[in-house]
This record gives sequence, structure tokens and C-alpha cells, in this order.
Amino acid sequence: MEIKKKTPKIKSIPYEEFQDNETLENMVKELNAGGANIVLGALDDVVNWGRSNSLWPLTFATSCCGIEFMALGAARYDMARFGFEVARSSPRQADMIMVCGTITNKMAPVLKRLYDQMADPKYVVAVGGCAVSGGPFKKSFHVVNGVDKIIPVDVYIPGCPPRPESFFYGMMQLQRKVKIEKFFGGRNKKEKREEIPTTFETEENKK
Amino acid sequence: MFDFSIITNWLHQSLLSVMPEVWAVVLECVIVGVCIILMYATLAIILIYGERKICAFFQCRLGPNRVGKWGCIQVVADVFKMLTKEIITPNQVDKFLYKLAPYMVILASFLTFACLPFNKGAEILDFNVGIFFLLAVSGIGVIGILLAGWGSNNKFSLIGAMRSGAQIISYELSVGLSMLTMVVLMGTMQFSQIVEEQADGWFLFKGHIPALIAFIIYLIAGNAECNRGPFDLPEAESELTAGYHTEYSGMNFGFFYLAEYLNLFIVSSVAATVFLGGWMPLHIVGLDGFNAVMDYIPGFIWFFGKAFFVVFLLMWVKWTFPRLRIDQILTLEWKYLLPISLVNLVLMVLIVVTGFHF
Amino acid sequence: MEEIQVIEPVALHGEMLKLRKEKQMDYLVSLVGMDWGDEGGLGVVYLLRSTLTGENVSIKTATKDRVAPELPTVSDIWKIADFYEREVFDFYGIVFINHPDMRRLYLRNDWVGYPFRKDDDPEKENPLNMTNESTDDTTPEIEFNPDGTIKKQENVIFDDREYVVNIGPQHPSTHGVMRFRVSLEGETIKKIDPLCGYIFRAIEKMDESLTYPQTLALVDRMDYLSAHQNRHALCMCIEKAMGVEVSPRVQYIRTIMDELQRIDSHLLFYACLAMDLGGLTPFFYGFRDREKILDIFEETCGGRLIMNYNTIGGVQADIHPNFVKRVKEFIPYLRGVIHEYHDIFTNNVIVRERLVGVGLLSREDAISYGCTGGTGRASGWACDVRKRMPYGLYDKVDFKEIVYKEGDSFARYMVRMDEIMESMKIIEQLIDNIPEGPYQTKMKPIIRVPEGTYSAFVESSRGEFGVFLESHGDKTPYRLHYRSTGLPLVAAIDTICRDTKIADLIAINGSIDYVVPDIDR
Repeated sequence: MEIKKKTPKIKSIPYEEFQDNETLENMVKELNAGGANIVLGALDDVVNWGRSNSLWPLTFATSCCGIEFMALGAARYDMARFGFEVARSSPRQADMIMVCGTITNKMAPVLKRLYDQMADPKYVVAVGGCAVSGGPFKKSFHVVNGVDKIIPVDVYIPGCPPRPESFFYGMMQLQRKVKIEKFFGGRNKKEKREEIPTTFETEENKK
Repeated sequence: MFDFSIITNWLHQSLLSVMPEVWAVVLECVIVGVCIILMYATLAIILIYGERKICAFFQCRLGPNRVGKWGCIQVVADVFKMLTKEIITPNQVDKFLYKLAPYMVILASFLTFACLPFNKGAEILDFNVGIFFLLAVSGIGVIGILLAGWGSNNKFSLIGAMRSGAQIISYELSVGLSMLTMVVLMGTMQFSQIVEEQADGWFLFKGHIPALIAFIIYLIAGNAECNRGPFDLPEAESELTAGYHTEYSGMNFGFFYLAEYLNLFIVSSVAATVFLGGWMPLHIVGLDGFNAVMDYIPGFIWFFGKAFFVVFLLMWVKWTFPRLRIDQILTLEWKYLLPISLVNLVLMVLIVVTGFHF
Repeated sequence: MEEIQVIEPVALHGEMLKLRKEKQMDYLVSLVGMDWGDEGGLGVVYLLRSTLTGENVSIKTATKDRVAPELPTVSDIWKIADFYEREVFDFYGIVFINHPDMRRLYLRNDWVGYPFRKDDDPEKENPLNMTNESTDDTTPEIEFNPDGTIKKQENVIFDDREYVVNIGPQHPSTHGVMRFRVSLEGETIKKIDPLCGYIFRAIEKMDESLTYPQTLALVDRMDYLSAHQNRHALCMCIEKAMGVEVSPRVQYIRTIMDELQRIDSHLLFYACLAMDLGGLTPFFYGFRDREKILDIFEETCGGRLIMNYNTIGGVQADIHPNFVKRVKEFIPYLRGVIHEYHDIFTNNVIVRERLVGVGLLSREDAISYGCTGGTGRASGWACDVRKRMPYGLYDKVDFKEIVYKEGDSFARYMVRMDEIMESMKIIEQLIDNIPEGPYQTKMKPIIRVPEGTYSAFVESSRGEFGVFLESHGDKTPYRLHYRSTGLPLVAAIDTICRDTKIADLIAINGSIDYVVPDIDR
């Protein structure tokens, strides 16, 4: 017998108030294409509930958006209510990396190395105009225009800097995305991503 | 007082009627092992939740409150996440030592956990050298930390582990001396006897001045033993990335995380047992009606209440004070706490010999 | 327009030494690299000031050689010239003879070309390189042989036998992305080598192709905790160049906003210092009170962190009707609450042990490195721009300049806590008397600055922030250089941290209070 994954719920925020519901519905359709076992599906739901409520960020702030990230952890906005306040500083113990601030050409290999050191399942949130697309520094010769050129991004939070409420909205979108993933059953685990063709020099194509 | 040995005897008899003695003992060991693990996990969950809420209230904010009513199942979500995380073994580590380290830490934790008297007749290990055994076994944790630091093949982990090793070994002296002071007063090292003897008043009140000094020194040294509070330099988050457990992920890291909170609980329970009476209710000599009312409250509620009270004190200290530097930590121990403990020991011996205690 | 003396490269070192000794020009404010094209050549503009007399001198020197340009170094006269000259080498390729450490400062060491030269195309020759950068342990030095020819020498930064530990760039102490290589002996620090450039966004190069109103947008994002003050400096420089007078209402508003920003920045300094030392509770107190200031900012300017408020000739919008009322509610609230900060942190014995006597910086070193702001004032150097070269309304209000003599981390901490009280005093004197008037002077739609070189300095939360502008009459600046407040502080870290423990490095970093995007620009 099969059960279908449903669309995700966030406590006390109605489904209609979220902006980008179509992406999630497409993901659900794609993941349901293989069908899901009833036992594994239920176990999936439990594990995904656990994972979505306990996303520990990596302390990574390069510039101005980092201050808003700190304000998010402070007393007025308090991301501890969601369970996110345990910000680990070692990438091996963190679940998601919130790229707050501009990424320059000199910092890009360091960020990639940090991302590679993280343990699966891991997520990336691009916070602020600079991480989304280069922001006000788009024309500079030393700024990477958007962090999705080097690592795959799950949620984009625009703004310069985004208000803490925007951060929460972005994190709730990430929670919804985690809730519909398949962990145990079926073949497709997450959404399929296209391979980004890399035109720049990496360790592999140097040789 | 409700005596837990009624249940253990009933279980033993019913098993003996079904199978030979050897198998009965083996089955009992398995049951006890499962019980320890369950209690360990439950206590860890309660302590982690408590820490997050208490620290939030100290910092004028709310803690977790979205996952379940008042956020009470937040830590369960954390446990699920920790279980499903990938365990990465870096390439160049010393594989055997790297994998062994978390288990050493948990082993030390379990062994000390097994000594605690939860209720009348509800101890798992009850030697006549109980305190000595406890102190000896808590030293195994240091090995785990040093192995983690060395085996991670990382300069920061090594620095963190060396600091931690130096700190824990130094503060074990203070713990040992304050326990020794109380043993002089109590006359016995067996945990069940220690609690029985406090029926007419807790040792903190019986031993007055030297017992109070020993209590304070024990709390400070116990705090340092767990790498918590003002003494958490070895795993200082804002200094050396994450100290000795930087390179651990998934459940291996989970073991270190759990062991830290359980060590805190064990230090508090030993303080509660030796100084504050363990599962013995508050009895005031002469007030029989009051004593009878106190006896209605079961022993394990007294025990956990006292232990959690001391845990709260230690958490209060942690969230108030900044960190000490490693040389200041060692100075505190060797130049201040150790001489005071020695003088206190002599003072306690004098008091016991002349009979000036209650 | 300011007077600039021109000196030939051969006579430069002698002249500089004379200026240092005879005129007591002991403070090198800024060293700006320039490219004047084929006729002017590649050169440097030096801005010097005397701490005794307050006199300012500007010197210019250039060399026409574009293939292998060389100039003599002044890093033996002023210690900060070490880092400034590395920056000029990085951007223009000018090699400084006798400089002990001629490495690039901001860009990768395998970068091709010199990006700030007018004929250089940085993107074509340097696509995004994802290979890890190699770290050098030796550095070249160019010297003159006795017979006048050039000799290249390798100086050693770190020996093979030293235990070198890498701190950063991803750093839990959220000061930004700064990388230090530290050579340790046990727990004691022997030498520190800071590596900058991980947030280098080439703002100065971008400014050369933006119009003047567009350059205002980027200067907020450099030292984001002094956003108002930075923008104030740039607006002041352009207004001075164009001869525009702003109305008194604008002066009042700008001064009050500057002081609110200063309180905001110092509260965040307190919170982050407490967090670095391990006391997490004061962090929340600092942020809680900072949120009240951010509410005031948000009502008037629309932004919490990046305000975009000052414009050329005035401010963007008039202050909100509630502004005065809110500020007058905030000041007594903060006065009532600030004793909590001292109770939990300042008077704590552990804090005293960790900060008193740790990280000494002498007054001579502070002046030679150019460490302005709270750091300089804690070492006994009275360097507050608001008193030495008043701007805005600072000559009309009554406030004390806080100077401590000890030069340790605790003095640096106390300077900023006392400055919060002084800022509140300034605001109280101004808030009731804001005059009526226009909030923006009428400016032409296209702003062209007359030819010449101009500079303006303000006291930002971290020190003396300066803007140096050279214009050739176009609507985009020819060269716009910012005097960073943080680069001298980072340059001085090696001197401050000798023979301290590694845990002290964190406390010293916190007490020095730099913001990394301001260092890298």
C-alpha cells in the first residue's frame, strides 16, 4: 500500500501565506512518483520532523548581514524558539550554513572547503543581496556574483540587510523543504538539481 | 519509607522459580543495563531541555517554545537529527583511537552513574568503598578526552585536549580531598550507609564549618571536572573552534554532548548524596510531626529534587561568569583550593576527634 | 584645494626623516597610491600630521617608470607604512626599496596584474580561481647594493621549526573574516602574521566608475557599525569641494545621528567582548538595548543597520515627528540600565583578571601605528577628531575627551563605556534645540566636483575615518581613498600580542574592536 507525501505544515502559519508553494508542490509530485512504503513513509515523517526542528547553523558571517544574524539570536527575535540557537562553530557538527555577507574571490575556496567538510544532510541558505547575486558589489572584479556559483543553495533570503523577520520566513521555508524530503523509502531523496557547468579552475580540472 | 529492595527481591524470586540461578543473574544484568541506558537518555534529555530554558530565562528571552507545549520535545527532535547525521571519519586520523574516544567517555559516565543511590535499596553498585570507586572510575573520562584530541590529527583539538587533561587531573585532587574530609566525618565510604546515617540531619548541617567549606570546594572542583562554567576553556567555542571534539560528527559527537550533561548531573548527585542527604528527607531532631510529614514524600523525589537544585546552581554560575584562562585555572587549583582543602581536612579531623559536631 | 608639496623619489627618505624629527610629524594619517597616467606616472600621496601642533602636511611623489616602478620606503620612520606600502604594491605594483616584507596585502599571491592601474583589466586575467592559495613562509625584500644596483633578499616569516597555528578566516568570534598565522611556544605567542583580503570588495576601484551620489551607497557598507559617520565623512568631503553649506537643521540631525550610532556601536562592542570572554549573558543585554536605538533609526531612515541617510547637501528625508520624543525616552532608560552592565561585567573578578595588564600598547607605538579611536585614547594619545578638528556641531557642545593612560585591554574597554555616557550628554544638549529649516540644499542633478584634491575626517566609532578625494572635474571621482580605522589596529596586533597567551589574543582582539570590511574595503 502506498501513502503520498502531503504538503508541509508550519505551526501557526497558514499554508496560503507562504509565497513559493509551487516549488514545494512540484517537489512533492516528483518524490511521490516512485511511491512510498507505509512504514517507511511514517518513519520518514518522524525523522523529517526531528530534522526540521533542529537545524543547527554554522557560525559564518563575513560582513553586515552577520550582525543581523547575531541580532536574530539575541533577545528580541530569539531564534532559539525554533530550536536553532545552538550555533556550532565546527562544520562537522552543523546542519546548515547561512552565508551571511559578501563572498569574494579570495574567500570562495575557503567557503567551498567548509561546505565540503559538513556532514550530510546539509543545507545552504544564501542571506542578503551579496550572497544571492553579488548585491551592491556586482560590478566588482573581486566578488563572486552569487554564492550559488560555487555551492548549491536551498533558500535565498534577499535584502540588504534582510530584516530578522525575513530570516525567520526563510528559515521556515527551509523547514518546509526538509519536511517533505524522503529519508528512508524510495529512490529519489531530494529534488534533482542540474549540474552547474563550472568555467573556472578547480583542483580537478587543473590537472 | 518505600524500600525499593522489595521490588528487586520479588523480581529475583520470580526469575529463580523459572530458570537456574546463572540465567536469572544474566537476565537481571540485561534488564539493569537497559534500565540504565533508558534512564541515562531520559535524564540527558531533561537536562539539555532544562539548560536551554534556564539559560534563556537568565538572558531575558524565551527558549525553545514551538516544538510541543513550552518546547518540551525540542530535545527529542535534536536526538532524531543526531541519529541520522552522517558520521565522517577524516582520512588521516588514528582510526582506532579516534573511534574509541567517545566510548571511553560514555563508559566512565555509565560507571559513575551506576553508583548513585536513587532510593532506599535502589543502588546498582553498592561496594563498601563506594566513594573510592567513584573517584577512581571518573578518571577514565580523561583518557577519552585525550584520545579524542590526539586521534583527531588537528592542532586545535590537541591544544584543547592537553588543556582539558591538565585541568581535570588537577581538580581531581580537590574533589578527592573534599570527599576525604567528609569521609572523616561519616566514617564510612559505602553510599547506602552514608545516606542512612543522615536520618537525623544532613551532613552539611552536622559538620558545620568544615563541611560547608568542603561543599563549596567540591562544587567548584566538580564544575571544573565537567569542563563547564567558568572552566570550559578546553571546549571554548569562541576560541579554538570546538576544542577536542571538533572533528566528530553525528552520533559520536552526540556521545560527547550527552556525557557532558550527565557528568554534570553525576557531580550534582554526589554532592546531593554526601552533603545534602541523598534520598533521605529533611529531618529536624525533635520535631516528630514534621519528620512524619516529610517521610510521606518518596525518596527518589527527594533525591532528584536535591540533584536538580545543585544542577541549577551550577548552571547559574555558568551563565553569569566569563571564562578563566588556563593558567588562571591551574593557579586557582594549586595555589588556592589545594591548601585550603588540606587545612580544612585537619580542621575536620580535630572536630571529629573532639566531638564538636552535631 | 589643499597644498601638496612635490618631492622627487631620490630625496624622499631624507625629507621624510627631516619632517619627522624637526617638525614632529609623528602621525602618518594616510598613504594613498595614485596612477596619474603616462604624464604623471605612478606615485604616492602622503598625509602627515603632528600630534603636538596639529599641523597637516601633504607630500606627493611619483615615478614615470611603469614597467618596474620603485620608490624608497618610509616604514622605518612610521611603523604603519609597512602595511600601507604593501597595499600600494598590491594595487599599483610600486616596489618600495628596503621594505622588509614586500608581499601583496589583499589579493591572492598568485594574482596577475595590478588592478588599480588605469590600464589594467583585472577580470580578464584573473577568473575565479577555486584552488587553495599557497601560504608563503618567506617574503622578498628589495635592497640597494653599495654600488647602487638592486639586490633581492628573502626574509623569513616563519621558521620550519616553529609551531604555526592558523586562526580563521572562519572565526567563531564573529569579528569577520580575518586570518592570523600564529607561531606558538606552548601557550605563549611568539609572532603573529595577519592575512587580510578575504572581504576585499574593491570599493575604491568601483568608485572610480560611479557618479558621486552612487558612491554614497557603498561607503555605508564598509564599517557598517559606523554607517552614519562614514557617510557623513564622504558627504562632508564632497560638500567642502563644491563649496556647499548645509543648513543648521542638517548639522543638528547629522550630529545627533552620529552620536546615536556611536552608542549603538559601543553597545555591540560590549556585547561581543563579553561573548568572546565566555560570558554569554551580557551579550544579550547589549543587544537588547541596541534594539531600541535601531527602532529610532528605522522610524526615520527606514533601515536598521544600513541607513542610507546622509546625502550630498543634506539628509534624505526629514526626521520623523516622533524622533525627538523617542530619543528623549531612550536616554534616561539607558542611564538607568547601564549600571547593570558594570555590575555583571566590569566589576567581576574574572574579567579583571583577564583584561587588566593584558595587551599593553605604549603611546609611541600607538602614534607610530596610527591607532586612533578608543585604542589610541586608552594608551594616552588624545586623538579625538571631534576635539582636534571639530566638524558638525562638536565645537558648540560641551563634552569630555576620555583618555586613559594604562594602555591595556581594560583601559580600552573603559574608554568606550565612558564614551557612551559622553555621547548621551551630547545628545541631551542638542535634542531640544533642533532649528527649523530645509533638510536638503538644492543641488544640480549631475554633480561635478571641481578639480583638485580634498580630504575630510570624522571620528567614527572606531577611530579616525578619512576620505581623500582627487577629482579631475568629471562626474566620477578620479581617485577616492578611505583611511581605514581598522588597518592600523591589525598592524599593531603583532606588537601588542608578543609574549601573551593564546587566550589573551581573543581578549585583545575583542578589546581592540575592529570591523574587518573596514580593513579590507
